[in-house]
Amino acid sequence: MSLATDPYNLIVCGVGGQGNILIARLIGRILANNGYYLAIGETFGAAQRGGSVFSSLRISKTRTYGPLIPKGVANLIVSLEPLETLRMLSNFGNEKVVTISNTQTTMPVGVLAGRNEYPSDQKLRAAIEGLSQKALFVPATDIAVELGAPIVSNIVLLGAVLGAKLLPISEEEVKEDMRSTFPAGKLELNYQALQRGIDTVA
Amino acid sequence: MSDQKSKTAEIEKVFLLGNEALVRGALEAGVNFASAYPGTPSSEIIERLSRVAKERGMHVEWSSNEKVACEGATAAAVAGLNSLSAMKNAGLAVALDFLTHASLTGLGDQGGSLVVVVCDDPDAHSSGDETDSRWQARFAYAPMLEPTSVNEAREMIRYCFDLSREYGCYVFLRSYTRLSHGSSIVELGPLPEATVGQAHPDCNAAINPYLGKVHHQLALERLDKIKEVFEASKFNQHFGPEDAELLVIASGNGLSCGQEALGMLGLQDQVGVLKLATLWPFPLDLVRKHAKTAKQILILEEVDPVVEVLVKDALNGTEAAQVQVLGKESGHVPMGGEITPDRALDALSKITGKAYQGPSEAYQAKLREVTDDLLISRGLTWCPGCPHRGSFWALDNAIKAEGGEVFVTGDIGCYTLDVFPEGKCQMNMLHAMGSSIGLSAGLGQMHKFGWDKPVVSICGDSTFFHAVLPGLVSAIYNQSNLIHVVLDNDATAMTGFQAHAGVGYNAVGDDAPRIDVVKLCEALGVPVTVADPFDLRGTTKALRGLMAQKEGVRILVLRRTCELVRMKAQKTKPHKVVVNQDKCKGEECGTCYSKFRCPALLKDPETGKAGIREDACPGCGVCASVCPFKAIEIQEVAK
Repeated sequence: MSLATDPYNLIVCGVGGQGNILIARLIGRILANNGYYLAIGETFGAAQRGGSVFSSLRISKTRTYGPLIPKGVANLIVSLEPLETLRMLSNFGNEKVVTISNTQTTMPVGVLAGRNEYPSDQKLRAAIEGLSQKALFVPATDIAVELGAPIVSNIVLLGAVLGAKLLPISEEEVKEDMRSTFPAGKLELNYQALQRGIDTVA
Repeated sequence: MSDQKSKTAEIEKVFLLGNEALVRGALEAGVNFASAYPGTPSSEIIERLSRVAKERGMHVEWSSNEKVACEGATAAAVAGLNSLSAMKNAGLAVALDFLTHASLTGLGDQGGSLVVVVCDDPDAHSSGDETDSRWQARFAYAPMLEPTSVNEAREMIRYCFDLSREYGCYVFLRSYTRLSHGSSIVELGPLPEATVGQAHPDCNAAINPYLGKVHHQLALERLDKIKEVFEASKFNQHFGPEDAELLVIASGNGLSCGQEALGMLGLQDQVGVLKLATLWPFPLDLVRKHAKTAKQILILEEVDPVVEVLVKDALNGTEAAQVQVLGKESGHVPMGGEITPDRALDALSKITGKAYQGPSEAYQAKLREVTDDLLISRGLTWCPGCPHRGSFWALDNAIKAEGGEVFVTGDIGCYTLDVFPEGKCQMNMLHAMGSSIGLSAGLGQMHKFGWDKPVVSICGDSTFFHAVLPGLVSAIYNQSNLIHVVLDNDATAMTGFQAHAGVGYNAVGDDAPRIDVVKLCEALGVPVTVADPFDLRGTTKALRGLMAQKEGVRILVLRRTCELVRMKAQKTKPHKVVVNQDKCKGEECGTCYSKFRCPALLKDPETGKAGIREDACPGCGVCASVCPFKAIEIQEVAK
C-alpha cells in the first residue's frame, strides 16, 4: 500500500493519560522500519493533567519533514475523544480529511464546574461528519470495558485504524512491535483489543 | 533505548525522541558524569542516561538545582572527565551565576569536557515563560550550537564534547520543545566500550578573583578562535540557488518550517536557504558571503530576533549593507512564540506575493460556524486522587473563614495549576522556583507599613530543596510574619516523578539518604505542624490555627504521596467509591463536581446527580468528605 499523499499527515489526539502517544510512537516505529522518513511532534508537559494532547506524524517516502503540520493539511485524524477530533479539525481540517473517533466522551473540568456545556452527541457527530470526507466512530472504550480493561481503548482504536486500511502498516507488524515493547503478560489482552478494533471497521 | 533497530540499513538507524538522540550522542562521546535538575522539556536526558549509568560506568544524578548540577559537572570536567548537564531555560538562569564565571576560567588542562544542554520552550507549552536562552551564550562568553533536527542532535552533541575538550571551555547546546520532544529516525555512530573514566587529582582551575579582567580577555580570545572554526563548520549549510535574490537564514526549527513553506509555495528552486547552526560566536563572514547576491534576507527563528540582530550587525558597514533584512523586527514574523510552517508561509507570501491555496472558503466558513458553536476549552487540572486538590480545598476554606483577607504566594510545580480557572485561584503572586518564600518573606515585613493580612507561601518538596531553603532561612532570621506550606508528595511530579533529596532513593534507583523536610524545618527552630491534606477538616483547622498566631515563621507540612507515584508502586485502588443516588441532591448542591472538581466525578446530564467514572477514579475516597449530604460512600476494597 502506498500513501495517499506525500507527505502524509497523521494526527493522533486525545486527553492526557489516554495513551495517544503510545499508539503514535508505535505507528511511527513501524513506518520507520518500513523505510519511511518520519517525524513526530508532541508536547507532553500537560500529559497527565487532563489537557488536550496530540501527536503529529509526518510520513514521507522522500525526506524527513519538520514535526509540525501546517494548518488545514491533515490527512487522517485518529482521536481518543470526539471533542478533540473537532479541536484538531479546527486547526488541520480540510475537505479530504478522514477522521476516526472514539465515541467515549471525557468532560472538561469546565463542564463539571458548570462554566461550559459539552455539545450533544448528535451535534458533535454531525459537526465531525460535516468537516470530514469520511468520519468513522468507534466505541473503543466500550469495547475495552467489555474486555475488562478500559486502558486498552487506544489499542482498540489502533485496530480500527488498521481496519480502515489507510496506513501502510499491517496487523502482523503491529503485533511484532507489541511483542518487543509490551510486557509479555499483557500481549493477549492487547491482541484481543486490536482484533476487536479491526472488526469494527471490517 | 527501547526502540527497535532498522532492519535493512547499512548505517544503524533507530527511531528516537530528540532528547534520546542527545543521550545517544553523549554516550558516543564517552560521557562519564551527568547532573541536572528536571525541567520540561529537558528531563528525559538525565532520565535516559540514568537507565544506562551502571552499565556505562557513569555517575548520573539529580542535583538540588541547576547551579549545583553545573558546578558538579564542571568539577568532573576539570578532573578530566566528559561531563554533561541539562536544564530548561528557567534552569539556565539559576545556573548562570556560576556559568558566567566558569567560562572565564575554562576547564583546566586535564582534557575534560563539559556540554551544557539548555532546552527552551518557545510558546511556553510547559513553562512560566518562553525566555530565549540564545542571548545567554553572548552574556556568558560561551560557544553555542543549535540542531535543526533530531538526527542532527546526535551528531552535534558529540561534536560539542570534542569542541569543549579542544578549547578547554564548556559548550552550550540549545534545544527546544519541538526538538527535545520530537521523534525521528537517527543514524547512529559507534558506541565506545563502556569504561570507567579516570579522574586526575592534580587538576587545577582555580581563578584568582583579582585576575578576572585577564581571564575575560582570555575567554574573548578563545571565542575569536572558535569563530574561525564556526565560519567553516559543516553544521552551517547552504541549500538552493547560490545567487538567489531572496535568501532565507534559518536556525533551529526555522529550517524545517522554512523548507516546508518554500515547498508549499513552489519556491524551493528560486530561494536560497542558509541553515545556521553555530549561533555563538556568530559566523559573520559566512553570512556576508551568502548575503552578497541577495536583495532580501528573511530570518526564520523562534521567540526573539537573536539571529536577525546578529545578521544586521554582520552586514552593517559591508557592501551588503543595503540588503533588506526581514523577520521579527520588520513585522514579517511575529515577535515571540514558536516558528511554525504557517508563520513561515505568511512571511514568504508577504515577501513574494505568492499565496498558498488552503481549504475552500466554504469549508472554512463551516469550520468557523461549528467551532464557534461547539468547541469548548479543556482546562488543566490536578489528576484524580491528587493530594493538592485536598490542600487547596482546605486552604480555600481557611481563607474564606478569614473573610478572604489572606495573601498567597505560590511556586513552581503541579500545585501551580491552582492559578488556572479549574484550580482554586488562591495564589496572588507566582514567579520562579523558590519565589514563594522570598516574596512572602518580604510581605511578612509589611506589617511595619500598615499591612495586616496573613501571608501564606506554598511550595512543593522538590522545590523546597531547589530554592526555598535559603529564602526560608532568611525569613526566619529576619523575623518575617508568614505561614509557609510545604506540599510534600514524594516526587518531582510535574516533570515526570524524578527523585529528589527527600524521597530516599537516587537517580539510578539506589537507596539514598532521605532528607526529612519536617526535621530540617524543626532544626531551624520554628514551629512545624504536619497534616494529611486529605484530612480536609484537620488541614483547614491547622491553617486557621496558624493564621491566628500572627507572628513569626510558621511551617505546615502537608504530607501525602502523589497519587500517580502511589498507583505505580501499589497498583491497587484502596476504596470503591459510589454515589448513593437517593442521598445526592444533584444540581441543588453540586459541591463535589462543580466545586471540588475531581475529573473522576460525573454529573448526570438529565438528573444533575453525581456519579463516579470508574476508569478514572483511583479510589482515594476524599470526595466522600466534601459531600455535605454524605451521599458519597466509600467501601474498603479487599486486599
